[in-house]
Amino acid sequence: MDVMAAQTDGYAIEVKRLTKVYGEHYALRGIDLSVKWGDFLAIFGPNGAGKTTLLKVLATIVKPSSGDVSVAGFNLSEDAVKVRNRIGVVSHQTLLYDDLSAYENLRFYGKMYEVADLKNRINQLVAQVGLESRLHDPVRTLSRGMQQRLAIARALIHDPPILLLDEPGTGLDQQASAMLADIIISTLTRQRTVIMTTHSLEQGAALSNRVIIIADGKIAYEGPKQQDLGSLREAYYQHTGVKN
Amino acid sequence: MKGAASKTLAIVWKDITSEMRTKEVATSLVAFALLIIVVVSFTLEPGENNGSLAASILWVALTFAGVLGLSRSFIIEKDKGCLQGLMLCPVDRSILYLGKMLSIMIFMIVVEIIILPVFIVLLDQSGFPPQLPVIALLATIGFAAVGTLFSAMAVNTRAREVMMPLLFLPIASPVIIAAIKSTGLVLSGESWGAIASWLGVMAAFDVIFLTVSPLVFEFVIEE
Repeated sequence: MDVMAAQTDGYAIEVKRLTKVYGEHYALRGIDLSVKWGDFLAIFGPNGAGKTTLLKVLATIVKPSSGDVSVAGFNLSEDAVKVRNRIGVVSHQTLLYDDLSAYENLRFYGKMYEVADLKNRINQLVAQVGLESRLHDPVRTLSRGMQQRLAIARALIHDPPILLLDEPGTGLDQQASAMLADIIISTLTRQRTVIMTTHSLEQGAALSNRVIIIADGKIAYEGPKQQDLGSLREAYYQHTGVKN
Repeated sequence: MKGAASKTLAIVWKDITSEMRTKEVATSLVAFALLIIVVVSFTLEPGENNGSLAASILWVALTFAGVLGLSRSFIIEKDKGCLQGLMLCPVDRSILYLGKMLSIMIFMIVVEIIILPVFIVLLDQSGFPPQLPVIALLATIGFAAVGTLFSAMAVNTRAREVMMPLLFLPIASPVIIAAIKSTGLVLSGESWGAIASWLGVMAAFDVIFLTVSPLVFEFVIEE
């Protein structure tokens, strides 16, 4: 699968006047966002700000109410299947089947993405996330941290150029969270465009090269990574009214 | 086309492998249908039974067992966000529908293979009419075609256990009625000719819902 073919000189992700309305509730209010190829964008914001909705729209799970969105050069409403081929998603939910083994889960998703030489790809990925010894164990017997590592392998099975990480560290203890961050650095970011939502300003700032803060469905702050975490905290408080 | 078929089969393989491990859906379906048939068979006096009554008992048991199985099918997908995992796959939503529909159909056919002989014995039927598998197959296709759609719809609602039968049964009523009527006729010894119109109703129902359901499935599973 030639996933890199879509990488043109343009942006990896372009969002114009994106709005999403649930009933009478505006989850997103006219978001404008451009992400260059190779960027690592961290999105911060309090609960209910619209971070997850934005990622779900980019992942083609939720349809926008209005606005234009293109991912990897493909318009979301016209070429959703092509977009899905070029994105990998890791969320706080693992998207894995408990009763299938790690291998069976990866095999299933690999077949859905028509991955060539699937067996080798699976072996390569489980080695990267350190799960070789648990490859044939049912997912329900794995710890939360291991499941999340397997979720990363699942998201990478088709070697997507764009990764969407929606609070991937939620529910992990400190050690597992640190291990997850290491895996994100070593496996996810290589030549990939990454968008990550997180509540952890520290982790987001450490991993990204650009940050935005979303509040009440709008981008309230946008800028390069702050060298000084204190300034980022201040900006977060100023725009959301929440201390982080 | 080949890719679509292999992805559809991958979904079926995934559902069957999960079910082989847990035996959650098939076991509860068989147990539920058996219970209904056994309990009702005790209430009938010898000689009281006739084809129409037996057919009603059979299809009520299979319908309610089917509703149970249909609900479970998408609840399993909802756990840990697996439905989102499916929605992220680079396939048309109709492939997801077909995969889930075929899985549900296979589960229901397995249940019917177990239930039908028991039904024939317990409800004192004279033999196994050769038309019964055809009736069961046409009804099962219709059940699965509509049920998959409404199961996906109900799983996103709060009272999904209640919503599923409320949404499903009125729409599926033509196929249920046709299945009961045609089964009643064949249990009373009628020939193929007598049930032809009911088979036609079920076939038409199947064609309509197998055409419409994949098209609207996308809108049903959208958040």
